[in-house]
Parts: sequence; C-alpha cells; structure tokens
Amino acid sequence: MAVAVRLSAVSKKFGSFTANNNISLSVEEGTIHAIVGENGAGKSTLTKMIYGMHLPTSGELSIKEKAVRFTSPREAIKAGIGMVHQHFMLVPELSVVENIILGHEKSGLFRPLPLESAKALIRKEAEAYGLVVDPDAPVASLSIGEQQRVEILKLLFRHAEIMIFDEPTAVLTPSEIDRLFITLRALRDTGKSIILITHKLDEVLAVADTVSVMRKGEIVGTMPGSSVTKEELAHMMVGRSVLLSVSNPAATPGEIVLAINNFSYRTTRGEWKVQNLSLNVRGGEIYGIAGVEGNGQSELLQTLWGLAPEGTIISGTATLKGESIIGKRPGDIALMGISCIPEDRLRHAVITEYTVSENLLFGRHRERSFHRGIGFNNPAIKRYAEEMIADYDIRCSSPESQSLASLSGGNQQKVVLAREMNRPGITLLILAQPTRGVDIGAIETIHNKIIEARRTGIAILLVSSELDEIIALSTRIACIYKGSIRHEFSQEEVELKREAGHKFQKEIGLHIT
Amino acid sequence: MHAKQLRFLIPLLSLLSTLAVSSLIMALANRDPVMIFGKMIHATFGSSYGTGQMVFRMTTLLLVGLAAAIPFQMRLFNIGAEGQLLMGSFTAAMIGAMLPPTMPPFLAILLCSLAAMAAGAFWALLAGSLKVQFGVNEVIATIMLNFIAQGITGYLLTYHFALPSTVHTAPIATAAAIPTFDKVTGWFANAPANLSAFLAIGLALLLWIMLFQSRFGYEMRAAGSQPDAARYGGINAGVQTLTAMGIGGAAAGLGAANIVLGYKHYYEAGMSDGIGFTGIAVALLAGAHPLWIILSALFFGFLEYGGLTVNTWIPKDIFMIIESMTIILVISFTALGKRFS
Repeated sequence: MAVAVRLSAVSKKFGSFTANNNISLSVEEGTIHAIVGENGAGKSTLTKMIYGMHLPTSGELSIKEKAVRFTSPREAIKAGIGMVHQHFMLVPELSVVENIILGHEKSGLFRPLPLESAKALIRKEAEAYGLVVDPDAPVASLSIGEQQRVEILKLLFRHAEIMIFDEPTAVLTPSEIDRLFITLRALRDTGKSIILITHKLDEVLAVADTVSVMRKGEIVGTMPGSSVTKEELAHMMVGRSVLLSVSNPAATPGEIVLAINNFSYRTTRGEWKVQNLSLNVRGGEIYGIAGVEGNGQSELLQTLWGLAPEGTIISGTATLKGESIIGKRPGDIALMGISCIPEDRLRHAVITEYTVSENLLFGRHRERSFHRGIGFNNPAIKRYAEEMIADYDIRCSSPESQSLASLSGGNQQKVVLAREMNRPGITLLILAQPTRGVDIGAIETIHNKIIEARRTGIAILLVSSELDEIIALSTRIACIYKGSIRHEFSQEEVELKREAGHKFQKEIGLHIT
Repeated sequence: MHAKQLRFLIPLLSLLSTLAVSSLIMALANRDPVMIFGKMIHATFGSSYGTGQMVFRMTTLLLVGLAAAIPFQMRLFNIGAEGQLLMGSFTAAMIGAMLPPTMPPFLAILLCSLAAMAAGAFWALLAGSLKVQFGVNEVIATIMLNFIAQGITGYLLTYHFALPSTVHTAPIATAAAIPTFDKVTGWFANAPANLSAFLAIGLALLLWIMLFQSRFGYEMRAAGSQPDAARYGGINAGVQTLTAMGIGGAAAGLGAANIVLGYKHYYEAGMSDGIGFTGIAVALLAGAHPLWIILSALFFGFLEYGGLTVNTWIPKDIFMIIESMTIILVISFTALGKRFS
C-alpha cells in the first residue's frame, strides 16, 4: 500500500528543548493511524510539522513519497492535508455554507458567492459520510457535534486527502463519538488517510488500524490496533504499569453537608443556564455530576464559589450545613470550610509566573500560620511546601525558584489538589474536571487522593465530563442535562453497575443527551 | 535562558546598544563620542558639584520612577506621574507657605510631605477609580489628568497665588525647607542635592519589602498577573488597583519634597519640566523593580545633567534621543528574551 505521510528521522527543537527526537513514521493511505501519548509527549508538535506550522529542525517529511518543506499551513493545505483542531476554527455569525467556503470562495472579490454549488456538494458529502447538517443554519446555533461535522466538511470541500484530527472526542457525548467513528471509517473506506491524535485509549482500540505511541518526544512503538490491549498501551505511554482504575471501597455517607434546592440561574442575557436543580451531598460520599460541558455545570460551580457575574438572577438555595452560600464572596466561602478546584486551573487556580511554593499558598495566603510580622513566615511555608510535595508526589526540582508554568499539567494539578485538600477545617470539596490535561500516571495519584479525602468524612462534589472518572470515583451519580438533573443513580445502583464499565457509560450517556 | 539572568542581561544589552547608537549619532554630527562621554563623566562623577546635581535629579526621577513602577507591577500603566507631581508640588508649596514660622522643622517637613503625597495619591486615585468603576483605560485617564493638573495649577498660580510680576508662589516657611547636603555635611558644594534623597531611597526600600516580602505585594502582583485567578483566590482586584495607583501617586507627589521643599522653596510655573514622563523610562529600564530603580534613576540623572554640561559641543536633543531609545531597546530586548527563553 502507498504511504501518505512519511517522516524520516525528524527532530524538532525549541531552544535547548527537544520536543520531537528522531521520529520515523509512515502513515499508509486509506488507514486510520492513531498517535497516542501523554500531555507533553510531543504529539501536537508532530502534527504541527505535518500541517506546516513548524519546520523540522532536522530530518525529512514527505507526502505521497514526495519530499516537502512546508513553511506555512497554506502549503500543507495545497498538498492535500487538512486538520480538525481541538478548538474549532469557525466564525459563529456565518452560516454553515459560508464557513465551509471561507478562504476558498472561488469567485471574484465583488462577485456573488457560489453558495448553491457549495450547498449541493455539502448535501452529497453529508449523505456519503453521515455528516448531516443544515447548510443555512448559523454556526452559532449548532451543537458541538454538528460544528465538528462542519469542520470535516471544510476539509472535504478543500479536497483534503490526509486528515489530522486533534483530540476530536474531547468535547463529544458517547453517542456523538460513535457517530464520529462511523464518519471516520467511511472516510477511510473512500481512501482518505486519517491521523488521529488522542489520549483516550478506548477510542484508539475502537477505531484505529495502526497505533503509534509517543513518550518524551519519541515514538516508542507502532503496532496494529487489533493486536494491542489498553493496559499495554498505557504501559508504553507512561513507561511503567499503571492501574487504570482505583479501588473504591464502599462509602458510608453521613449527614447532609451541601444542600441545593430549586436552584436556577439566569444570565444577564436572559438565558436560563440552570433550572430548578436540587441535590444534596453527604459527608463521606462523592457525588458525581455527569454531563456534557455547557449544561449548567460551570454556572453551578461559579455560584457555589461566589463568582456569578453581576446582574445574574439566581433563585433557590444552596446551603452548607444550613448556612447559605449564595451571595458570599470567595474568601468568605473558603472560610466556611469549602475548597474548590476549578475546571480551568491555569486561569483560575494558580498564578503561573509564581513559584511552586507560592502557588501552594495561593488562596490560603491569609492563614495565620504562614505569617510572621508584616511578612510571610518563610520557614513555615518551606516546611509546608516540602510536606505537600512529598505527600502528593509533585515532581519539581526547586519549589522556591521554579515557576509553576514549568511543571507538567499533572504536577500543576497536584499542586492545586494538595493546597485545596489540606485547607484547615474543610467539610466540602468541590472538584471540577480534576484530571483534565493530566497524564495517566498522575491520574492514579489524584484519584487515590480523592478517595482518601472521602474516607476522612468530607463531602465531595465531583463534576466531570469524563464518564470513566465519574464511574470510578462516585458514590452516587447525577446526570445533568440543560441545567437540570435528569436522573440520579443511587449508591446501590452505582456499586452494582460500576463493574459493567462500558455498558454503564452508555446508560449514563442516554441521560445526558 | 534563565529568567534571572535575563533580568540583568536585558538592561545591560540595552544600555550598551544605546551607547553604540548614540556614539554613532554623535559621530555623524561630527563630534568625537569618546570626548563627549569623557567630558560628561568628568562633569558629573568627577566633580562634587556635578555629583550633587546628579543626585538632585536622581531623587525626583526615583520617585516618579516608583510612581510608574508600582502600578506596573499590576500591569497598569501610570502615565500620570507628571500631573501627580504637579499637584503634589503645588499643595506642598501652599501648605508650606501657610505654616507658622515657629513650627518645629521636623513637623513642618512631615506635614508638607504628607500633604504632597496625599495630593499625588488623590490625583492617581481619580484614574484608578475610573478604571475600577467604569473600566476607563488608565493610560487615557492619566494622560488627561496630566493636562487637567497643568490647567489647574497654571490657573491657580497665574490668577491667585503668584507673587506680583513673578511666576512663582510665596516662599514656604523656613522650617519646612529640607536642608541641602552642602549645609548639613558639606558635600556637593552649592548643588541642590538635599536630604530628601534619603526619603526617596527609603521609600524605594520600603516598597521593595512590601512588594516582595509581604502578603500585600503577593496579592497585588497576583491580581496584576491573573485577575481571574486572584478573584478565585479571594483577592479583590479592584481594591488592589486602587492601592497600586494610590501608592504610585503618593510617590510622585513626594517628588515635591525634593523640588519644592529641598530646592526652590516655592512653586514655580514649569518647574517639573516633564520629568514625570522620564519616570516611565526609569521604571521600564529597571524592570519596575524598586531597588533597581535607584540605579536606573541615577543613570538618567547622569544623562540629564551630563547632557547639560556638554551642551556647547552637542545639543541636548541628542540626550532625549538616547533616553527614549534606551526604553525602546529595553522593551524590544524583553520581547526577544521571552522568545528565546
């Protein structure tokens, strides 16, 4: 079979840092080739070289056995390469068809756009590949899954033969993922070559013909997708064997700690983001909220941490052991005994240019024990930081001078976790996407710490779009859809169904779409 | 490259390149740069009067430099040091002139300095509250407030407080005058350098401790670097904006201690001579670090006074070019440094 993309001994260096080292790889025509690896393993650098966003430092790249040297994505597109980015590159105000032809209008500057012919093409492709979407709808009105279809249609419109998908399932629901895989297989069967970047191992096994594993900038193995197991892949990615699911001993929930009743949230623009949501979380249990992002989780979390923007209309109650949370400021909420790990840790939970130990202090910097006179009590802070670093296995060389930005995603998250879980006197821990962007190796540590925290009797509210995670950790599971809880699985149900794994995921999937 | 090394390297590189470029300009103007710089050094570091002139300029530059630097630590651009200095100076002169001559000097100086700082802080807080309340860009607000300060002081001086047929106010009480080094220690004979230099250096030290050793600075820098995260961490970014601007304005206002209390002993039209704007340059060259600002202010003091002394050979305009070019180079090298680190 012919080779669509071939990399021969390609390396990419940024300054003294080698992002890709001596990579040799060939993607055969008409196959789905998955590239897996942890964050920072060099997957995105690799794809950026193929897509013309980076020039290799050394080595050779060839497309269909012709050596190329792309200096911009424009040249890569010309050579028949297309990419669906993790964050879509669409103009929300324009319609689907306008987005698709954008940049390839094929008409004079002051001539009308060839919309009709483009629409005909969209209909044809839609049928062939299961990419159903209304060509006249404005992109802003589409669901995430539909927007992704528009991105794929864009590639087809540009006659891309080689398609790169960067974490395409990160934002999709289980049923949308199934649909996407049908499309990917259909594309492959018509001879397109597909490069799939992902860190989700189940997906790789479900759809890939060939799998390459990257670790620390190198390819550590390439094998057929049918001959490898999830455990083997995880081992190759991390370099040691990892437990993919934590042991979750039965919980014995106590009193209600957090009670939310008839909570509704209306934005300043008049959209109801949350409507009549009620739930309660007991001490010593993990209450998991499963759901696709954008179904009101962020608004709920915002309110619980006192960050709802001015002008938002909030009704209903949220109380911690009878004391109302709504309307308080973050500092006061923390003093009530609540800790919160926000979804977007880099934006909200840390100061990236501060050092590791300064970040271990952030948000808790008012605590008396860290102060002496007008300044900080540096020896006390040092002791505390050392303790946290050892306890949470935070990998860093010099916590007092190293900036947080220089840590890997997993270690950054461990910093946040260590700080928030050890707040003195907490009774409620709010966790939003606690392992997003975290390597497999670190997920193990983080999950164990969460279970450990539960066993000390604190109440934990877990919000995650990763169903794996929700199922592995939760005592009870609520399914959120369009701002309300649509279904709740009791402790008995969850314990019973946890073993069923994939089947349980599908069942939850039905309640969140 | 390591961030710490860059800290030293960037200002150094900028200085060396400006030196090279300004030498070239001097050569183009048919002057020998070695001779010019030699004369400048001789006239400043080489003479006790010249050193005194330099220290005098350094004092104001240090204070207006701090005025730009403290808000800069919060990513706020305070372009208003000039206006804040004007308001401070006018207030100090007014209060100083009203004090009874029998007042003890310590008290009189303290009172005038505090009044000057309050006036400067007030002027900066106007811009700060516009920012916090309505989101008005502080660059525009402070620039406009500079013009307003000029207008107010100009009007009050001309129509109400200028002594007949002069452009200055009545002199301050002798008790409020800060003595010159010449008078106290005998250094820098006849030069305007006065003991307020210690005030300025003391303030720089104090602010350094506040910024990098205390909770206050920790919160302020966090709010400047990531406002969203700061809110999450329970820090009120609005309050931090106001404090940063207030402290900056107070520092600029304290410049009055040097030029009014220590030198002129009255308020005079045009006495600030745009030095507030040079403060931005002083702060940038020092990376907004309160301790480095002392050196940076000394360097600009050297350029300002040294430039005057070689006026017969080379026009003063050249030194304006040098000062401004240093800043552009600092900014460019900083951006370059980020790309390669």
